[in-house]
Amino acid sequence: MHIRLKIWRQENSHDTGKMQDYAIADVNPDMSFLEMLDMLNEQLLAQGQRVVEFDHDCREGICGQCGMMINGRAHGPLKNTTTCQLHMRSFREGDTIYIEPFRATAFPVKCDLKVDRSAFDRVIQAGGYVAVNTGQAPEANSIPVGHPVAEAAFDAAACIGCGACVAVCKNSSAALFTSAKITHLALLPQGAVEAQERVRRMVDQMDAEGFGHCSNTEACEAECPQQISVLHIARMNWEYNKAQLLKK
Amino acid sequence: MGQWRQKTLTRKNWMAFTGLFLCFFLVIHLLGNLQLMLPDERAHLQFNAYSHLLSGNILIKIISWVLYASIIAHVVYAIAITLTNKRSRDVKYHYDRRGEVSKWYTRNMGVLGTIIFIFLVIHFRDFWYVYKFGSLPLDERGNKDLYRLVVAVYSETWYVLVYVLCMVALCYHLLHGFFSAARTLGVYHPRYVRWVRVIGWIYSVGICAAFAWIPIYVHFLK
Repeated sequence: MHIRLKIWRQENSHDTGKMQDYAIADVNPDMSFLEMLDMLNEQLLAQGQRVVEFDHDCREGICGQCGMMINGRAHGPLKNTTTCQLHMRSFREGDTIYIEPFRATAFPVKCDLKVDRSAFDRVIQAGGYVAVNTGQAPEANSIPVGHPVAEAAFDAAACIGCGACVAVCKNSSAALFTSAKITHLALLPQGAVEAQERVRRMVDQMDAEGFGHCSNTEACEAECPQQISVLHIARMNWEYNKAQLLKK
Repeated sequence: MGQWRQKTLTRKNWMAFTGLFLCFFLVIHLLGNLQLMLPDERAHLQFNAYSHLLSGNILIKIISWVLYASIIAHVVYAIAITLTNKRSRDVKYHYDRRGEVSKWYTRNMGVLGTIIFIFLVIHFRDFWYVYKFGSLPLDERGNKDLYRLVVAVYSETWYVLVYVLCMVALCYHLLHGFFSAARTLGVYHPRYVRWVRVIGWIYSVGICAAFAWIPIYVHFLK
Protein backbone atom coordinates (compact mmCIF):
# COMPACT_ATOMS: atom_id res chain seq x y z
CA MET A 1 0.00 0.00 0.00
CA HIS A 2 0.98 3.61 -0.65
CA ILE A 3 -0.04 5.89 2.19
CA ARG A 4 0.20 9.65 2.51
CA LEU A 5 0.55 11.01 6.03
CA LYS A 6 -0.02 14.41 7.57
CA ILE A 7 1.59 14.34 10.98
CA TRP A 8 1.77 16.93 13.76
CA ARG A 9 5.43 17.82 14.33
CA GLN A 10 6.45 19.76 17.41
CA GLU A 11 10.01 19.88 18.74
CA ASN A 12 9.10 20.42 22.38
CA SER A 13 6.39 21.85 24.62
CA HIS A 14 7.38 25.46 23.77
CA ASP A 15 7.37 24.96 20.01
CA THR A 16 4.22 26.00 18.13
CA GLY A 17 4.26 22.92 15.89
CA LYS A 18 2.69 22.29 12.51
CA MET A 19 1.30 19.55 10.29
CA GLN A 20 3.88 18.02 7.96
CA ASP A 21 3.42 15.79 4.90
CA TYR A 22 5.05 12.37 4.47
CA ALA A 23 4.65 9.54 2.01
CA ILE A 24 5.31 5.89 2.68
CA ALA A 25 5.34 2.97 0.23
CA ASP A 26 5.12 -0.82 0.60
CA VAL A 27 2.91 -0.74 3.66
CA ASN A 28 1.66 -4.22 4.47
CA PRO A 29 -2.10 -4.20 5.20
CA ASP A 30 -1.51 -6.59 8.11
CA MET A 31 0.81 -4.17 9.83
CA SER A 32 -0.44 -2.48 12.95
CA PHE A 33 -0.70 1.28 12.78
CA LEU A 34 2.32 1.64 15.07
CA GLU A 35 4.37 -0.69 12.86
CA MET A 36 3.57 1.60 9.95
CA LEU A 37 4.90 4.52 12.03
CA ASP A 38 8.00 2.44 12.88
CA MET A 39 8.52 1.98 9.16
CA LEU A 40 8.19 5.72 8.59
CA ASN A 41 10.71 6.38 11.35
CA GLU A 42 13.23 3.96 9.81
CA GLN A 43 12.79 5.86 6.56
CA LEU A 44 13.31 9.21 8.32
CA LEU A 45 16.35 7.85 10.17
CA ALA A 46 17.91 6.72 6.88
CA GLN A 47 17.36 10.23 5.52
CA GLY A 48 18.98 11.74 8.61
CA GLN A 49 15.77 13.42 9.79
CA ARG A 50 14.30 13.58 13.27
CA VAL A 51 11.96 10.64 13.89
CA VAL A 52 8.28 11.06 14.79
CA GLU A 53 7.95 10.55 18.53
CA PHE A 54 4.93 8.73 19.89
CA ASP A 55 4.02 6.85 23.07
CA HIS A 56 3.68 3.09 23.02
CA ASP A 57 4.47 0.16 25.27
CA CYS A 58 2.77 -3.24 25.29
CA ARG A 59 1.34 -3.09 21.76
CA GLU A 60 -1.34 -5.56 22.75
CA GLY A 61 -4.06 -3.13 23.72
CA ILE A 62 -3.82 -3.32 27.49
CA CYS A 63 -1.35 -0.68 28.69
CA GLY A 64 -3.03 2.53 27.53
CA GLN A 65 0.23 4.15 26.43
CA CYS A 66 -0.37 4.55 22.72
CA GLY A 67 -2.93 7.14 21.80
CA MET A 68 -3.28 9.62 18.99
CA MET A 69 -5.94 11.21 16.84
CA ILE A 70 -6.06 9.35 13.55
CA ASN A 71 -8.21 10.94 10.84
CA GLY A 72 -9.96 13.03 13.45
CA ARG A 73 -10.90 10.12 15.71
CA ALA A 74 -9.30 9.01 18.97
CA HIS A 75 -7.33 5.80 18.26
CA GLY A 76 -8.51 5.86 14.64
CA PRO A 77 -11.67 4.98 12.73
CA LEU A 78 -12.66 1.85 14.67
CA LYS A 79 -14.73 2.01 17.83
CA ASN A 80 -13.36 0.70 21.13
CA THR A 81 -9.85 0.07 19.79
CA THR A 82 -6.41 1.20 20.90
CA THR A 83 -4.01 2.60 18.30
CA CYS A 84 -1.78 -0.48 18.50
CA GLN A 85 -4.75 -2.75 17.73
CA LEU A 86 -5.63 -0.73 14.64
CA HIS A 87 -4.29 -2.29 11.46
CA MET A 88 -3.50 -0.83 8.07
CA ARG A 89 -6.22 -2.95 6.49
CA SER A 90 -8.63 -0.40 7.94
CA PHE A 91 -7.27 2.05 5.34
CA ARG A 92 -7.25 2.01 1.57
CA GLU A 93 -4.49 2.30 -1.00
CA GLY A 94 -3.51 5.94 -1.54
CA ASP A 95 -5.29 7.22 1.58
CA THR A 96 -4.17 10.39 3.30
CA ILE A 97 -4.07 9.86 7.06
CA TYR A 98 -4.04 12.77 9.51
CA ILE A 99 -2.20 12.01 12.75
CA GLU A 100 -2.38 14.46 15.65
CA PRO A 101 -1.71 14.24 19.37
CA PHE A 102 -4.61 14.04 21.85
CA ARG A 103 -5.66 17.64 22.44
CA ALA A 104 -6.60 19.06 25.81
CA THR A 105 -5.24 21.90 27.91
CA ALA A 106 -4.71 19.33 30.67
CA PHE A 107 -2.66 17.15 28.26
CA PRO A 108 0.17 19.43 27.07
CA VAL A 109 2.05 18.16 24.01
CA LYS A 110 5.62 17.20 24.92
CA CYS A 111 6.89 16.32 21.47
CA ASP A 112 5.17 15.41 18.19
CA LEU A 113 2.44 12.91 19.16
CA LYS A 114 3.49 12.49 22.79
CA VAL A 115 1.34 14.20 25.39
CA ASP A 116 1.79 14.57 29.13
CA ARG A 117 -1.06 12.67 30.76
CA SER A 118 0.16 13.05 34.33
CA ALA A 119 -3.02 15.00 35.09
CA PHE A 120 -4.63 11.54 35.25
CA ASP A 121 -2.01 10.39 37.76
CA ARG A 122 -2.77 13.37 39.98
CA VAL A 123 -6.51 12.61 39.83
CA ILE A 124 -5.73 9.06 41.02
CA GLN A 125 -3.34 10.34 43.69
CA ALA A 126 -6.14 12.56 45.01
CA GLY A 127 -8.17 9.54 46.12
CA GLY A 128 -8.14 6.62 43.70
CA TYR A 129 -6.92 4.15 46.30
CA VAL A 130 -7.90 2.55 49.60
CA ALA A 131 -5.84 3.54 52.63
CA VAL A 132 -4.75 0.30 54.32
CA ASN A 133 -1.71 -0.78 56.24
CA THR A 134 0.38 -2.88 53.94
CA GLY A 135 1.65 -6.19 55.11
CA GLN A 136 0.86 -9.71 54.12
CA ALA A 137 -1.88 -10.20 51.56
CA PRO A 138 -5.14 -10.48 53.54
CA GLU A 139 -7.28 -13.61 53.41
CA ALA A 140 -9.45 -13.14 50.30
CA ASN A 141 -12.57 -14.71 51.84
CA SER A 142 -12.60 -12.59 54.99
CA ILE A 143 -14.57 -9.85 53.21
CA PRO A 144 -17.35 -11.43 51.16
CA VAL A 145 -18.04 -9.80 47.77
CA GLY A 146 -20.81 -11.14 45.56
CA HIS A 147 -19.80 -12.26 42.11
CA PRO A 148 -21.94 -9.71 40.17
CA VAL A 149 -20.52 -6.89 42.30
CA ALA A 150 -16.97 -8.13 41.78
CA GLU A 151 -17.57 -8.27 38.03
CA ALA A 152 -19.10 -4.78 37.95
CA ALA A 153 -16.18 -3.38 39.95
CA PHE A 154 -13.76 -5.09 37.61
CA ASP A 155 -15.52 -3.64 34.57
CA ALA A 156 -14.90 -0.18 36.00
CA ALA A 157 -11.34 -1.03 37.00
CA ALA A 158 -10.59 -2.09 33.42
CA CYS A 159 -9.91 1.55 32.44
CA ILE A 160 -6.35 1.76 31.10
CA GLY A 161 -6.11 5.55 31.37
CA CYS A 162 -5.27 6.09 27.71
CA GLY A 163 -7.01 9.47 27.57
CA ALA A 164 -9.14 8.79 24.49
CA CYS A 165 -12.24 9.88 26.46
CA VAL A 166 -10.70 13.31 27.01
CA ALA A 167 -9.44 13.54 23.42
CA VAL A 168 -12.82 12.72 21.86
CA CYS A 169 -14.88 14.83 24.26
CA LYS A 170 -15.94 18.17 22.85
CA ASN A 171 -15.31 19.64 26.30
CA SER A 172 -12.12 17.68 27.09
CA SER A 173 -13.91 16.26 30.12
CA ALA A 174 -12.21 13.59 32.19
CA ALA A 175 -15.54 12.42 33.63
CA LEU A 176 -15.34 8.88 32.22
CA PHE A 177 -11.82 8.27 33.55
CA THR A 178 -12.49 9.76 36.99
CA SER A 179 -15.87 8.09 37.35
CA ALA A 180 -14.50 4.66 36.43
CA LYS A 181 -12.12 4.75 39.38
CA ILE A 182 -14.73 6.21 41.74
CA THR A 183 -17.26 3.53 40.77
CA HIS A 184 -14.70 0.73 40.98
CA LEU A 185 -13.95 1.56 44.60
CA ALA A 186 -17.48 2.64 45.58
CA LEU A 187 -18.80 -0.80 44.63
CA LEU A 188 -16.47 -2.71 46.91
CA PRO A 189 -16.65 -2.91 50.72
CA GLN A 190 -12.98 -1.93 50.96
CA GLY A 191 -13.66 1.30 49.09
CA ALA A 192 -16.95 2.17 50.77
CA VAL A 193 -15.20 3.44 53.93
CA GLU A 194 -13.61 6.43 52.20
CA ALA A 195 -16.18 6.79 49.40
CA GLN A 196 -17.36 10.30 50.25
CA GLU A 197 -13.94 11.76 50.86
CA ARG A 198 -12.64 10.08 47.72
CA VAL A 199 -15.27 11.39 45.31
CA ARG A 200 -14.90 14.95 46.60
CA ARG A 201 -11.12 14.95 46.32
CA MET A 202 -10.98 13.29 42.93
CA VAL A 203 -13.61 15.63 41.44
CA ASP A 204 -11.77 18.64 42.92
CA GLN A 205 -8.53 17.45 41.34
CA MET A 206 -10.23 16.77 38.01
CA ASP A 207 -11.46 20.37 38.00
CA ALA A 208 -8.11 21.76 39.12
CA GLU A 209 -6.39 20.05 36.18
CA GLY A 210 -8.51 22.07 33.77
CA PHE A 211 -10.71 19.38 32.27
CA GLY A 212 -14.11 20.57 31.02
CA HIS A 213 -17.67 19.68 32.01
CA CYS A 214 -19.33 16.45 30.98
CA SER A 215 -22.28 17.19 28.72
CA ASN A 216 -23.31 13.55 28.31
CA THR A 217 -22.73 13.24 24.56
CA GLU A 218 -21.46 9.68 25.25
CA ALA A 219 -18.71 9.96 22.64
CA CYS A 220 -16.24 8.74 25.29
CA GLU A 221 -17.90 5.36 25.66
CA ALA A 222 -17.86 4.83 21.88
CA GLU A 223 -14.11 5.46 21.66
CA CYS A 224 -13.02 3.83 24.93
CA PRO A 225 -10.85 0.77 24.18
CA GLN A 226 -12.17 -0.86 27.36
CA GLN A 227 -15.82 0.06 26.69
CA ILE A 228 -16.10 1.76 30.06
CA SER A 229 -19.80 2.55 30.46
CA VAL A 230 -21.02 6.14 30.70
CA LEU A 231 -23.27 4.93 33.53
CA HIS A 232 -20.17 5.24 35.70
CA ILE A 233 -20.41 8.99 35.15
CA ALA A 234 -23.97 8.87 36.52
CA ARG A 235 -22.64 6.87 39.46
CA MET A 236 -19.94 9.48 40.08
CA ASN A 237 -22.55 12.24 40.03
CA TRP A 238 -24.68 10.24 42.47
CA GLU A 239 -21.73 9.63 44.80
CA TYR A 240 -20.68 13.27 44.56
CA ASN A 241 -24.14 14.67 45.25
CA LYS A 242 -24.54 12.26 48.17
CA ALA A 243 -21.15 13.26 49.56
CA GLN A 244 -21.96 16.97 49.25
CA LEU A 245 -25.34 16.53 50.96
CA LEU A 246 -23.92 14.51 53.84
CA LYS A 247 -20.80 16.63 54.29
CA LYS A 248 -20.27 17.62 57.93
CA MET B 1 -8.66 28.47 41.44
CA GLY B 2 -10.47 30.53 44.05
CA GLN B 3 -12.77 29.21 46.75
CA TRP B 4 -15.69 31.02 45.13
CA ARG B 5 -15.48 28.98 41.98
CA GLN B 6 -18.06 26.22 41.77
CA LYS B 7 -17.18 22.67 40.91
CA THR B 8 -18.06 21.41 37.45
CA LEU B 9 -20.54 18.94 38.94
CA THR B 10 -22.26 21.64 41.02
CA ARG B 11 -22.78 23.82 37.98
CA LYS B 12 -24.23 20.90 36.07
CA ASN B 13 -26.59 20.24 38.99
CA TRP B 14 -27.93 23.77 38.69
CA MET B 15 -28.37 23.27 34.94
CA ALA B 16 -30.32 20.10 35.72
CA PHE B 17 -32.52 21.63 38.43
CA THR B 18 -33.40 24.73 36.42
CA GLY B 19 -33.85 22.67 33.26
CA LEU B 20 -36.20 20.21 34.94
CA PHE B 21 -38.21 23.04 36.44
CA LEU B 22 -38.56 24.54 32.96
CA CYS B 23 -39.65 21.09 31.72
CA PHE B 24 -42.34 21.05 34.42
CA PHE B 25 -43.40 24.56 33.47
CA LEU B 26 -43.79 23.56 29.82
CA VAL B 27 -46.42 21.00 30.82
CA ILE B 28 -48.44 23.61 32.72
CA HIS B 29 -48.04 26.10 29.86
CA LEU B 30 -49.21 23.50 27.36
CA LEU B 31 -52.31 22.65 29.43
CA GLY B 32 -53.22 26.34 29.33
CA ASN B 33 -52.62 26.60 25.59
CA LEU B 34 -54.79 23.57 24.87
CA GLN B 35 -57.81 25.73 25.72
CA LEU B 36 -57.18 27.52 22.42
CA MET B 37 -58.33 24.38 20.66
CA LEU B 38 -61.86 24.58 22.13
CA PRO B 39 -64.73 25.80 19.93
CA ASP B 40 -64.20 29.49 19.20
CA GLU B 41 -66.83 31.03 21.52
CA ARG B 42 -65.92 28.89 24.51
CA ALA B 43 -62.16 29.19 23.89
CA HIS B 44 -62.44 32.98 23.76
CA LEU B 45 -63.93 33.48 27.21
CA GLN B 46 -62.25 30.55 28.92
CA PHE B 47 -58.74 31.40 27.71
CA ASN B 48 -59.10 35.04 28.80
CA ALA B 49 -60.52 34.02 32.18
CA TYR B 50 -57.64 31.56 32.63
CA SER B 51 -55.08 34.27 31.81
CA HIS B 52 -56.75 36.60 34.29
CA LEU B 53 -56.72 33.90 36.96
CA LEU B 54 -52.99 33.36 36.48
CA SER B 55 -52.08 37.03 36.61
CA GLY B 56 -53.96 37.61 39.86
CA ASN B 57 -52.89 34.60 41.92
CA ILE B 58 -50.07 35.13 44.45
CA LEU B 59 -48.98 31.47 44.21
CA ILE B 60 -48.69 31.78 40.44
CA LYS B 61 -46.76 35.00 40.95
CA ILE B 62 -44.18 33.25 43.13
CA ILE B 63 -43.88 30.42 40.59
CA SER B 64 -43.45 32.96 37.80
CA TRP B 65 -40.52 34.56 39.67
CA VAL B 66 -38.96 31.12 40.10
CA LEU B 67 -39.53 30.66 36.37
CA TYR B 68 -37.76 33.92 35.42
CA ALA B 69 -34.92 33.06 37.80
CA SER B 70 -34.65 29.56 36.28
CA ILE B 71 -34.43 30.90 32.74
CA ILE B 72 -31.74 33.40 33.71
CA ALA B 73 -29.77 30.88 35.81
CA HIS B 74 -29.99 28.27 33.04
CA VAL B 75 -28.57 30.76 30.53
CA VAL B 76 -25.88 32.13 32.88
CA TYR B 77 -24.70 28.65 33.86
CA ALA B 78 -24.72 27.56 30.23
CA ILE B 79 -22.42 30.46 29.35
CA ALA B 80 -20.12 29.79 32.34
CA ILE B 81 -19.92 26.09 31.46
CA THR B 82 -19.25 26.83 27.79
CA LEU B 83 -16.44 29.24 28.68
CA THR B 84 -14.76 26.64 30.90
CA ASN B 85 -15.14 24.05 28.16
CA LYS B 86 -13.55 26.36 25.60
CA ARG B 87 -10.57 26.86 27.91
CA SER B 88 -10.15 23.11 28.33
CA ARG B 89 -8.81 22.74 24.78
CA ASP B 90 -6.54 25.57 23.65
CA VAL B 91 -5.37 23.99 20.37
CA LYS B 92 -8.04 22.66 18.01
CA TYR B 93 -7.73 19.54 15.88
CA HIS B 94 -6.73 20.12 12.27
CA TYR B 95 -8.86 17.27 11.07
CA ASP B 96 -11.86 16.53 13.22
CA ARG B 97 -14.27 13.62 12.71
CA ARG B 98 -15.23 13.17 16.35
CA GLY B 99 -18.83 13.94 15.43
CA GLU B 100 -19.16 10.38 14.10
CA VAL B 101 -19.47 8.92 17.60
CA SER B 102 -22.12 11.17 19.13
CA LYS B 103 -25.48 12.62 18.11
CA TRP B 104 -25.43 16.12 16.62
CA TYR B 105 -27.97 17.59 19.01
CA THR B 106 -26.04 16.45 22.09
CA ARG B 107 -23.08 18.51 20.88
CA ASN B 108 -25.13 21.58 19.95
CA MET B 109 -27.21 22.26 23.04
CA GLY B 110 -25.85 25.80 23.08
CA VAL B 111 -26.98 26.52 19.52
CA LEU B 112 -30.40 24.98 20.16
CA GLY B 113 -30.62 26.89 23.44
CA THR B 114 -29.82 30.15 21.66
CA ILE B 115 -32.62 29.52 19.14
CA ILE B 116 -34.99 28.87 22.04
CA PHE B 117 -33.79 32.02 23.79
CA ILE B 118 -34.42 34.16 20.70
CA PHE B 119 -37.84 32.56 20.45
CA LEU B 120 -38.49 33.45 24.10
CA VAL B 121 -37.62 37.09 23.46
CA ILE B 122 -40.11 37.23 20.57
CA HIS B 123 -42.67 35.29 22.62
CA PHE B 124 -42.35 37.59 25.63
CA ARG B 125 -42.55 40.69 23.43
CA ASP B 126 -45.67 39.57 21.57
CA PHE B 127 -47.70 38.11 24.42
CA TRP B 128 -46.22 38.54 27.91
CA TYR B 129 -45.25 42.20 27.50
CA VAL B 130 -48.48 43.17 25.73
CA TYR B 131 -50.57 41.42 28.39
CA LYS B 132 -48.68 42.86 31.34
CA PHE B 133 -47.79 46.35 30.17
CA GLY B 134 -49.63 47.00 26.88
CA SER B 135 -53.26 47.99 26.41
CA LEU B 136 -55.57 45.17 25.40
CA PRO B 137 -59.34 45.52 24.75
CA LEU B 138 -61.56 43.74 27.27
CA ASP B 139 -63.86 40.85 26.43
CA GLU B 140 -67.53 40.73 27.47
CA ARG B 141 -66.64 39.46 30.95
CA GLY B 142 -64.19 42.29 31.49
CA ASN B 143 -61.02 40.21 31.12
CA LYS B 144 -58.15 41.36 28.91
CA ASP B 145 -58.70 39.89 25.45
CA LEU B 146 -55.53 37.85 25.04
CA TYR B 147 -57.39 35.29 22.92
CA ARG B 148 -58.04 37.71 20.03
CA LEU B 149 -54.39 38.78 20.16
CA VAL B 150 -53.21 35.17 19.95
CA VAL B 151 -55.52 34.39 17.04
CA ALA B 152 -54.39 37.57 15.24
CA VAL B 153 -50.70 36.75 15.70
CA TYR B 154 -51.16 33.12 14.65
CA SER B 155 -52.91 34.22 11.46
CA GLU B 156 -49.53 35.37 10.14
CA THR B 157 -47.94 32.55 8.15
CA TRP B 158 -44.31 33.54 8.84
CA TYR B 159 -45.01 33.62 12.57
CA VAL B 160 -46.45 30.11 12.56
CA LEU B 161 -43.49 28.93 10.51
CA VAL B 162 -40.94 30.41 12.93
CA TYR B 163 -42.95 29.03 15.85
CA VAL B 164 -42.94 25.49 14.45
CA LEU B 165 -39.21 25.62 13.63
CA CYS B 166 -38.46 26.80 17.17
CA MET B 167 -40.51 23.90 18.52
CA VAL B 168 -38.31 21.52 16.50
CA ALA B 169 -35.24 23.11 18.12
CA LEU B 170 -36.92 22.83 21.53
CA CYS B 171 -37.68 19.17 20.86
CA TYR B 172 -34.04 18.30 20.23
CA HIS B 173 -32.96 20.41 23.20
CA LEU B 174 -35.37 18.53 25.46
CA LEU B 175 -34.48 15.18 23.94
CA HIS B 176 -30.93 15.54 25.24
CA GLY B 177 -31.67 17.88 28.14
CA PHE B 178 -34.18 15.70 29.97
CA PHE B 179 -31.99 12.63 29.82
CA SER B 180 -28.82 14.59 30.56
CA ALA B 181 -30.40 16.18 33.65
CA ALA B 182 -31.24 12.75 35.04
CA ARG B 183 -27.67 11.60 34.43
CA THR B 184 -26.21 14.71 36.05
CA LEU B 185 -28.35 14.14 39.11
CA GLY B 186 -27.00 10.60 39.30
CA VAL B 187 -29.55 8.16 37.85
CA TYR B 188 -27.18 5.25 37.26
CA HIS B 189 -29.31 2.15 37.63
CA PRO B 190 -29.69 0.66 34.11
CA ARG B 191 -33.41 0.02 34.54
CA TYR B 192 -34.21 3.63 35.50
CA VAL B 193 -31.84 4.94 32.84
CA ARG B 194 -33.98 3.08 30.29
CA TRP B 195 -37.15 4.55 31.80
CA VAL B 196 -35.68 8.03 31.64
CA ARG B 197 -34.82 7.50 27.96
CA VAL B 198 -38.34 6.39 27.08
CA ILE B 199 -40.13 8.97 29.25
CA GLY B 200 -37.79 11.69 27.95
CA TRP B 201 -38.51 10.77 24.37
CA ILE B 202 -42.28 10.68 24.88
CA TYR B 203 -42.16 13.92 26.86
CA SER B 204 -40.00 15.83 24.34
CA VAL B 205 -41.83 14.76 21.21
CA GLY B 206 -45.25 14.98 22.87
CA ILE B 207 -44.78 18.46 24.32
CA CYS B 208 -43.22 19.94 21.19
CA ALA B 209 -45.70 18.33 18.78
CA ALA B 210 -48.61 19.64 20.85
CA PHE B 211 -47.10 23.15 21.14
CA ALA B 212 -46.45 23.24 17.38
CA TRP B 213 -49.90 21.89 16.53
CA ILE B 214 -51.79 24.71 18.29
CA PRO B 215 -50.65 27.65 16.07
CA ILE B 216 -51.12 25.49 12.95
CA TYR B 217 -54.66 24.63 14.08
CA VAL B 218 -55.46 28.25 14.94
CA HIS B 219 -53.93 29.48 11.67
CA PHE B 220 -55.96 27.23 9.41
CA LEU B 221 -59.18 26.67 11.35
CA LYS B 222 -59.86 29.95 13.17
